[in-house]
Amino acid sequence: MLAIGEGASFKAQEIIKTLGSQNILLRSQKPGEEEKISNRRDNYVLEYGLTNEDLKRIRNTIPGVETALPARVIREYVWNIAVRVDVDIVGTLPDYPVVRNHQVAIGRFFNQADLDAAETVCVLGTEMVQKLFPLDEPLGKDVRIGENYYRVIGIMEPRTTGAFSEGNLEEAGGAPRDRMFIPLETARHRYGEVLFRRRAGSFESERVALHEITVKVVKSEDVIPVSEAIKDVLEKNHKKKDYAVVVPLELLKKAEETKKIFNLVLGSIAAISLLVGGIGIMNIMLANVTERTREIGIRRALGARRKDITTQFVIESVILSASGGLLGVLLGVLIPFGVSHFAGMRTIITPGSPILAFTISGLIGVVFGLYPALRAAKMDPVEALRHE
Amino acid sequence: MSPPPNLAPKPPASATSHASATGPIVRLEKLRKTYQMGGTSVTALSGLSLEILAGEYLAIMGPSGCGKSTLLNLLGCLDRPTGGQYFLGGQDVSDLDDDALSAIRGARLGFVFQSYNLIQQLSVVENIEVPLFYQDCPEEQARQIATDLARRVGLETRLDHKPFELSGGQQQRVAIARALANDPLVILADEATGNLDSASGREILDIFDDLRQQGKTLIMVTHDLEVGERAKRLIRLRDGELESDLRK
Ligand SMILES: Nc1ncnc2c1ncn2[C@@H]1O[C@H](COP(=O)(O)OP(=O)(O)OP(=O)(O)O)[C@@H](O)[C@H]1O
Ligand SMILES: [Mg+2]
Repeated sequence: MLAIGEGASFKAQEIIKTLGSQNILLRSQKPGEEEKISNRRDNYVLEYGLTNEDLKRIRNTIPGVETALPARVIREYVWNIAVRVDVDIVGTLPDYPVVRNHQVAIGRFFNQADLDAAETVCVLGTEMVQKLFPLDEPLGKDVRIGENYYRVIGIMEPRTTGAFSEGNLEEAGGAPRDRMFIPLETARHRYGEVLFRRRAGSFESERVALHEITVKVVKSEDVIPVSEAIKDVLEKNHKKKDYAVVVPLELLKKAEETKKIFNLVLGSIAAISLLVGGIGIMNIMLANVTERTREIGIRRALGARRKDITTQFVIESVILSASGGLLGVLLGVLIPFGVSHFAGMRTIITPGSPILAFTISGLIGVVFGLYPALRAAKMDPVEALRHE
Repeated sequence: MSPPPNLAPKPPASATSHASATGPIVRLEKLRKTYQMGGTSVTALSGLSLEILAGEYLAIMGPSGCGKSTLLNLLGCLDRPTGGQYFLGGQDVSDLDDDALSAIRGARLGFVFQSYNLIQQLSVVENIEVPLFYQDCPEEQARQIATDLARRVGLETRLDHKPFELSGGQQQRVAIARALANDPLVILADEATGNLDSASGREILDIFDDLRQQGKTLIMVTHDLEVGERAKRLIRLRDGELESDLRK
């Protein structure tokens, strides 16, 4: 049971690994529902999100910020001749690999010169490479986005997170889209500030300057205060809440808390089931003792002391509960395995827990077997021999 | 119920000293047993005095409810007297605590019951080993003793059988072997032939005769006069008192 809780905490640790404990992630977000209704199907351009001014303010006015890395994220199809992949095109700066701790595996990331010249170069994510270039070497080839061709100069390392991705921090479920990187300047030139999107048959245009800003702080202790300062600055300059601030460290804390609550609930369930199981064992042993009253009398007549009888029945009770415990441990290993397999939830069995579970079930046998055993030992030998 | 006519002077506390290894193996001094039943008390034994010598073969008879089983339970240290004293092999056992009584039962007494009282889930040889187990006898030695005893009662071919696979007479022979396992001072039998047909009963009595020949002390309770007659000494109880004591 604790395997699920352990898994939740592991997931939080992975978030930290991906985003870095020194990072704060700011994302543009469509403002609340009421906006949408008033602007439905109009030619109105919905303008929201983080701006270049926000970036400047964060860079210049908030102490403790090491870098603030802007990114524009545009969802597009990328083509290689006739094969296409649905990806997030990320226009960003050359220090993205460093700040996001996501390195290039083959080739190189674009540099300052590429950025200044707004070169049409791109760095592919691992997953899209497999789909776009199943047979040949992608480096040096061109991929097409809309009417434009981009030269592939590098391939990123696979993301360590598996099911979890940066873009999907809060969107639960759904396969994450792979990311493809182009220089920020190139993205500006190609796409401008206004994006058109086709949604359910109608057009929607929105103006978003920056989709993401990744802020790296100098010292990891400062993450929380810096994030508070950023929230203040953004609040002052945005009329609507059209952005989200994600602090991985906070996420971790939340996850730890969730884990605690989870473990508490599971722990109580475990405690209750142990109690119920213990009472069950006690009942079985009481019935057993009554059924074997005669045997107890015989053993007493043949020289068994009270404590010999007690020991005998406690051992029997422990054997009973420990075999139950063994069954439980088997299920306890199989069920988390099934949960991971079918529910896609991550579970971790800490190596000590089956041993702990087995030990506890043995102890349950002692604790709940003691009363029946003492009752057996207390019997009067003459009465016990006359029983039946 | 009047107190028993006992004109002998009351034994002083110092009298216990004369009970040595050379004295009687069992000595009862005004042994009393009363049972409390709610408000009323039932007197099962009212001041019984008796001496049994080593190697005696004693039968106890008497009408139902006269206190035979009560006496045998006291002799077997399964119960404690309400009054009086019981010396077993010279040791006063009337006031011992439960653990000490268990130790005496295990080391010095052997029991044969009317309904055999074997442990059903154990085999013949394991049943015979039970008293040895409680005397912390090493396993191999216990197995050796148990096998020898099973041979002695003619069950060497049935060692691994369970009690329910045996006839009543065979079960009772296992019980006798078990009673002999610790080489006890006294063997106590309560209606040992009561559940058996006359042929099997005779087999059991033949074994008892053998034991007596070997110098074992045997005390048995019986309803059957024929059985009682085979003993070398016959005492009769009535209403918790000694009615007669005959030696042959
Ligand atoms: N546990 C007990 N509680 C109350 N009274 C008892 C108890 N055991 C025996 N008695 C009483 O003590 C008396 C002697 O009983 P005991 O069993 O010794 O008789 P017995 O001679 O063995 O009889 P039987 O030949 O029928 O076996 C009886 O009156 C009986 O009712
Ligand atoms: Mg009786």
